[in-house]
Amino acid sequence: MKRTDGLDVRITDTCLRDGSHAKRHAFTEDHVRSIVRALDAAGMPVIEVSHGDGLGGSSFNYGFSLTDERKLIAAAVSSAHRAKIAALMLPGLGTKDDIKAIRDLGVSIVRIATHCTEADIADQHFGLAREMGLETVGFLMMAHTIPPEKLAVQARIMADAGCQCVYVVDSAGALILEQVTDRVSALVAELGGDAETGFHGHENLSLSLANSICAARAGAVQIDGSTRRFGAGSGNTSCEAMAAVFEKLGIVTGLDVLAMIDAAEDVVRPAMDSECVLDRLALIMGYAGVYSSFLKHAYRAAERYQVSGASILLECGRQKLVGGQEDQIIQIAAHLARQGSTAPSR
Amino acid sequence: MSATAAIVGSGNIGTDLMYKLLRSKWIEPKWMIGIDPTSEGMKRAADAGLAVSVEGAAWLEQLPERPAIVFEATSAYVHRANAPLYERLGIHAIDLTPAAIGPYVIPPVNLAEHAERMNINMVTCGGQATIPIVHAVSRVVPVDYAEIVATVSSRSAGPGTRQNIDEFTRTTSGAVEKLGGARKGKAIIILNPADPPLIMRDTIYCSLPADADEQAIADSIRARVREVQDYVPGYRLTADPQFDEIGGRRRVAVFIEVEGAGDFLPPYAGNLDIMTAAATRVGEEVARRLAEKSGKTALNGASR
Repeated sequence: MKRTDGLDVRITDTCLRDGSHAKRHAFTEDHVRSIVRALDAAGMPVIEVSHGDGLGGSSFNYGFSLTDERKLIAAAVSSAHRAKIAALMLPGLGTKDDIKAIRDLGVSIVRIATHCTEADIADQHFGLAREMGLETVGFLMMAHTIPPEKLAVQARIMADAGCQCVYVVDSAGALILEQVTDRVSALVAELGGDAETGFHGHENLSLSLANSICAARAGAVQIDGSTRRFGAGSGNTSCEAMAAVFEKLGIVTGLDVLAMIDAAEDVVRPAMDSECVLDRLALIMGYAGVYSSFLKHAYRAAERYQVSGASILLECGRQKLVGGQEDQIIQIAAHLARQGSTAPSR
Repeated sequence: MSATAAIVGSGNIGTDLMYKLLRSKWIEPKWMIGIDPTSEGMKRAADAGLAVSVEGAAWLEQLPERPAIVFEATSAYVHRANAPLYERLGIHAIDLTPAAIGPYVIPPVNLAEHAERMNINMVTCGGQATIPIVHAVSRVVPVDYAEIVATVSSRSAGPGTRQNIDEFTRTTSGAVEKLGGARKGKAIIILNPADPPLIMRDTIYCSLPADADEQAIADSIRARVREVQDYVPGYRLTADPQFDEIGGRRRVAVFIEVEGAGDFLPPYAGNLDIMTAAATRVGEEVARRLAEKSGKTALNGASR
């Protein structure tokens, strides 16, 4: 499906949402204002702002927000001139009331995420969002866990409910090149002119940019990145690198490459507690197919219970946990501690 | 003498409930009202000797003998339409839909208080699994905030739940406050498609005051788990209550697993089992009180 805004691919920056995980949900309005201004000036068409786990995510289970996300969203809306502001919500955690609230705050795009086999729980939310005139994006999370043809069936459910662009979401950063191509192609074939196809990558196997190229070549016209890779796990696709590479490949994104490189270094990096790196646990997430936002929780539980973070994540993978089941990390760590298997010192 | 009962709704819940009621010494299920006469639930009801009908709840009105209790396992919409009829006929309604016309009841928390009411609502599966624990904490210390996470197997989440998932979060969080005793409640539901299907899991987080007595709280939780086990044998703690501090907030995390009895639904569907088991428990209490009122000799204790 060809875009009408002259772009070959519309990039969405998600550092103020996915980066919320890496920041342990401690963004301030100042962070939001400075990042939105810099990205907006560099031509970023869409900027997503929410708690890392989406609207209503502030909780014991996912981590409490330092600043109410609605204040952060309002700060983003008032700081953007050209960019559209998007927000994420997960049915089962957020509700239709959250969608109404962000519409009132001036958000233009709602991105509604479900586990990749559960698209039908979002029917009402897509319907409501469209009724209210919001642009809609659907996230099929943990897309590595099911084959392309099954993913396409779920994409169809979202499109029929009112979703205008269905994303292949590699939440675990576990997809490898052709696996992205195959999934994006399956969605493009299924959706035809009914909805666009998108891709959201993570860097856990060091493939996010390469995967994003595969996605674009397979027909994805919306692709996510995070400036400075500021996101869960080892972070997302670098927006500034994607801007540079896509320009060289002749894929029009509308981004000013040098302005993006400056924004990453001068504005986003100072807002980060540390760089998002491909360390042991992040790599294990990609390898074992674990939801990226489990990373900080696994670090914390490993420290609290004096067990191996790698063992926790491998067990998460073995139990086939899906996004949102952060509570099970505590239980797994408590079990490992009781077994005393890998305790380095107690 | 046992009380007669009708089940309205012959889906998964209604059928599973029928098997539990058939085992009860207090309740005699005699009627099943469904939509499709060829459905599995209607066939099983007929096989079990129940009179079946596809004529809707109004069918009850022209029966020569009317049930003392009706269990509604349809949808909120249908129950709202049927409730005035039950009331007019003087039939006790136990509502397993989200309609919530009557008060929410969680058996170990407030059944005694509401057993005389003509319409009783069973909250949600997640509420039945988690509110007993929130209440077990709030009876020891003030709970400013409680949060529950219910994870169920995708296969056990029917179209009703899926099409109206907000209703689960809204109803459950409201009941965490109202019945659980938390000043502020939050509820999260997650569907997991793993195969083989995972058993229902529930995590309950309660905020605690700085000087909370951890031993007293853990004892209260364990005592409450034993009470729930009395009517849901597959309800259990999967870890000791975990006390911790998150960003300066003290909290306890409680991990529960609910394995179903496998009456009609497979054992992984503990979410559905706990609803039918709790509804059975409520029905037995209603029946016991009816028997007391009619002055007839009560049987020696409930079915389990």
